[in-house]
Amino acid sequence: MIQLTVNGTPRRVDVEPDTPLLWALRDTLLLTGTKYGCGTGLCGACTVHVNGQPTRSCITPVADVAGKKITTIEVADSSRVGRAVQEAWRKLDVVQCGYCQSGQIMSAVSLLNTKKHPTDADIDAAMAGNLCRCATYVRIRAAIHEAAKALA
Amino acid sequence: MNNPIQNLSRRGFLQGAAGLTLGLSLPAFAAKAGAAAAQAAVAPFEPTPFLRIGADNTVTVLSKHLEMGQGTYTGLATIVAEELDAAWPQVKVEGAPADAKRFNNLAFGPMQGTGGSTAMANSWDQLRQTGATARAMLVSAAAKRWNVPAAEITVREGVVSHAASKRRATFGELAEAAAAEAVPASVTLKDPKDFRLIGKHANRKDSFAKTNGSAQFTQDVHLPGMLVAVVAHSPRFGGKVKSFDASKAKAIKGVIDVVAIPGAVAVLAKDTWTAKKGRDALTVEWDDSAAFKLGTDEMRASYQALGQTPGLVARKDGDANAALAGAGKVVSASYDFPYLAHAAMEPMNCVIQRTADGLDVWNGEQFQTVDQGALAAMFNLPPEKVNIHMLYAGGSFGRRASTKVDYIREAASIVKALGEGAHAKAPVKLVWMREDDMKAGYYRPMFHHRLEATLDADGSIRAWRHRLVGQSIAKGSPFEGFMIKDGVDGLSVEGAATLPYAIPNLQVELHTPAGIDVPVLWWRSVGSTHTAYSTETFLDRLAVEGGQDPVALRLKLLASHPRHAAVLRLAADKAGWGTPLPKGKAGERRGRGVAVHESFHSFVAQVAEVTVAADGSVKVDRIVAAVDCGMAINPDNIRSQIEGSVGFALSAALHGEITLKDGVVEQGNFGEYAPIRINEMPRVDVHIVASAEKPTGIGEPGVPPVAPAVANAIAAATGKWLTRMPFRTDELKA
Repeated sequence: MIQLTVNGTPRRVDVEPDTPLLWALRDTLLLTGTKYGCGTGLCGACTVHVNGQPTRSCITPVADVAGKKITTIEVADSSRVGRAVQEAWRKLDVVQCGYCQSGQIMSAVSLLNTKKHPTDADIDAAMAGNLCRCATYVRIRAAIHEAAKALA
Repeated sequence: MNNPIQNLSRRGFLQGAAGLTLGLSLPAFAAKAGAAAAQAAVAPFEPTPFLRIGADNTVTVLSKHLEMGQGTYTGLATIVAEELDAAWPQVKVEGAPADAKRFNNLAFGPMQGTGGSTAMANSWDQLRQTGATARAMLVSAAAKRWNVPAAEITVREGVVSHAASKRRATFGELAEAAAAEAVPASVTLKDPKDFRLIGKHANRKDSFAKTNGSAQFTQDVHLPGMLVAVVAHSPRFGGKVKSFDASKAKAIKGVIDVVAIPGAVAVLAKDTWTAKKGRDALTVEWDDSAAFKLGTDEMRASYQALGQTPGLVARKDGDANAALAGAGKVVSASYDFPYLAHAAMEPMNCVIQRTADGLDVWNGEQFQTVDQGALAAMFNLPPEKVNIHMLYAGGSFGRRASTKVDYIREAASIVKALGEGAHAKAPVKLVWMREDDMKAGYYRPMFHHRLEATLDADGSIRAWRHRLVGQSIAKGSPFEGFMIKDGVDGLSVEGAATLPYAIPNLQVELHTPAGIDVPVLWWRSVGSTHTAYSTETFLDRLAVEGGQDPVALRLKLLASHPRHAAVLRLAADKAGWGTPLPKGKAGERRGRGVAVHESFHSFVAQVAEVTVAADGSVKVDRIVAAVDCGMAINPDNIRSQIEGSVGFALSAALHGEITLKDGVVEQGNFGEYAPIRINEMPRVDVHIVASAEKPTGIGEPGVPPVAPAVANAIAAATGKWLTRMPFRTDELKA
C-alpha cells in the first residue's frame, strides 16, 4: 500500500512499488485524463505535476512519489494559470483527436508558471517533449501566447 | 434559391433509437447517464435517426461518423443546427450506435463507416433535411398550440416565436408536441445566403471534454470485473505460436490467466501494468515456417527491378512508349517510399464483453459494419446482437478502419479463449503497448515509382510514363471486388492515373508484387501519399529542364481543370511567388516550391518556404495553402485540418520509415519512428476558396501536396532532387 497525495486528497494505492505512477492514476484511481502514449517518456501524453514539476508519469515508479503532491489534468481548472490555459485552448480550438492534450496542457501550465511571457523559442523548448500526432502545434503556440496575455 | 426535397425518413422507423439506453458504466458518464434516465420519462423528439430534442432543450445530434480529430462531430452538428436554427451552445453530439440500416455512409453504400474524407459530403443533404424537418415540426406544433398560421412563425437561436401575438417557446418546450406532428413529406432548405452557422465560426463540440481529461477514449474504459489483456505477437508476420511457457507470467501477483490465440499469446490481469509485466515474462517459441522473412532492403531492390519492366496499364492516352522512343529530351527519375505506421497517439485497443445474447463492444469505431459482421461471424450471432458503443479515437489516420478487423478480432479471440470459465462474462480490454502497435503492420505500403518523360525543344511535355510498384491495400479485403479493376487496385494508382495535366502521350502502369505478406492499409490520403510526391516533383523537374516557371507550366497544363488552377493561383499569389525570398544566414540556402493535388474531390495547392543549412538539415519555414473543398462548413476546422496535415506529412517526409530485417520490424517507439515535434512545425497560412459546390472532404486532402512542395523548395535552394522518403538530407550538404 503506497500513500499518495493526488489533487489535494490523500489516496492509498495497493500496487507494486515499481508500478508507474501513470497506471496507478489510470487503473487504480480511475483518473483517466492522464494518457498512455509510449511508456518510455518520449511523447509526454502522461505529463502530470509532481510537487509542481512537470513529470512523465509513465516512467515514474509510484514508490518514488509517495508523499509528494501529484496534480493531474482533472484539477487543471483549480489554478488561475490552469484555467487560463484551458480557456485559451477552447477559444482557439487547439484540440483535434485530443488524446495528447492533457499532457500538452500540463506542460503549458508548467511553462507559464515559470515564464510569464514565453517567446516562440521558449514554447518550443518547453513543449518539445509533448508529441501531437495530429500536429496541433501551430495552435498550441498560439494558445500559450493567448493564455499569457490573459494572465498579464 | 430554395431547395425543396423529398423527405424519406418516416417516424415509425426511428422509434426506439438507442441513444439514451447505451448504458455506459464509465465513471465519467455515470452522473450523466443517471440524469438521462430520469428525463427519459418524457420521450424525446426524434424526427430522424440523427437528431433528438429533449424537454431539457438539449439538441443532440447523433454522429454516424467517428470523431478521430478531424472535426466531424462539429461539422455534422453545424449542418443540423443551421437548418434547425438551433443555438450553437444547446447542441451536443453523441456517437451513433452501429446500425447500417440507419447510419450507413451513403458514399460506401450499405455500410456504416468513416473514411475517404466522405463524412461531410455524404451527410450534407441528409443532415440538412434532418434539421429542416425538425424545424418544420416544431413550427407546426407551435402553430397549433398558439392557433396561428405556421407561415407567421419564425425560428432563431433555438427559440420559436410568433411576433404578432408576442408568443415564444424554446425547442424543449415544444419537443413533446412536435413529436406528435406528422413528418412532412417535403421540406424547404435554406438559401445559403441565409446561413448563420455554415461558413461562419462555430467552436468545436469536443474542446471542453478534451481539455479537462473527461473525454472518453477506448483506453479509458473501466467496467466492473474488467480484465486487461496485453499480448505477445509473433515478431514476424504470419508466425504462429509453437509453444509457450507461462509459468513466470502466472507467478506475477495479479495475473489472472494466459491464453493462446491465433498468432499471439495474451496475458490477462486486473490492470494494464500487471498484464504488461506478465506479457514480458512469457517465453514463446514461434513457428516461422509460414512467416514472411524478407527485409525492406531486398524488397526495394526487387521493386526497382520490376520498375524497369512494363506493368498492367492503369491509364493510356496516346502512345507514350512510342513518344519516349522518338525525338526529344528524355528525363527520368525513380522514387522510393517506405512503409509508414499510423502511430496514432492512442495505440490500438478495444473492449469486448459477452452479454446474455450477444456482445458489447467499446471502441473508437471507424468501420462499424465490417467489424460488427466479423464479430457476429466469430460468435455465430446476428450482427445486430453485436452492440458497439462509439467512443472518441485518439487519432487513427485510417488505422481503425482495418480491412481485416485485426485488433478487434484479436480482442474477440481472447474473449473466446476465456471460454465458459470463471471469466466468461468478464469485459476484456485489449491494450497494445506502443511497440505492439508500431510493429503490428497495416502500414502505408512501401512503393517504388519510375517516371520517364520526353520534352520538346520548347519545353512542352510530349510523353509521360509512370510505373508504380507496391502492394495492394484492397486485395484480400471486403473491398477487393469494388476497388480492383483488371488487376489494378485503384488505391495504388490514385493521383497518378488521375494526373490532371494535359500531356498528349501518357501511360500509367502498375506492378503489384506477389509474396509480400506485410499487412498494409490506408494511411491518411492513401495513394496520394506517394503519387502526389512523384508526380509533383517530377513535373517541377521537367519545368526546370524545360526552362519554364513551375507555376506557369502547371497553369498551362491545367486549362481544363479550373479548380486545380484556382487553388494554384491563390497559393502562389498569397505566397508571393516570383518575388525573391529573404536571404538566410551565412551558409544557409533558401528556396520556395509549389505543389497542387486533388484528393477526395478536394483541391489543395501549397507553397513551401525552406531553409537548408550547410550540414544539409532542412527547416520548413512556412507553408502557404489554398484549399477548395466546396462550400466551407466550418472554415476554422478547414484551417485546423490543413495545419495538422502539414505536420503529419512533414513527419513522413523528414523522419517516417518502417523497415524490416529478415521479416522483423525494426522500429518500436517514437525514438526510432519520430513524428515531428513543435520545434519542427512551420508557420501555416491557409486560404479557402469561396465555393457554392457541395462540401467535400478536408481530413486528408491537405497531406499530399506538403512533401512535394517542400522537396521542390529544397531543389530550388540546392539544385538537388530528393527521390527517397524520408528525405536523405546528407545529400544536401553544401
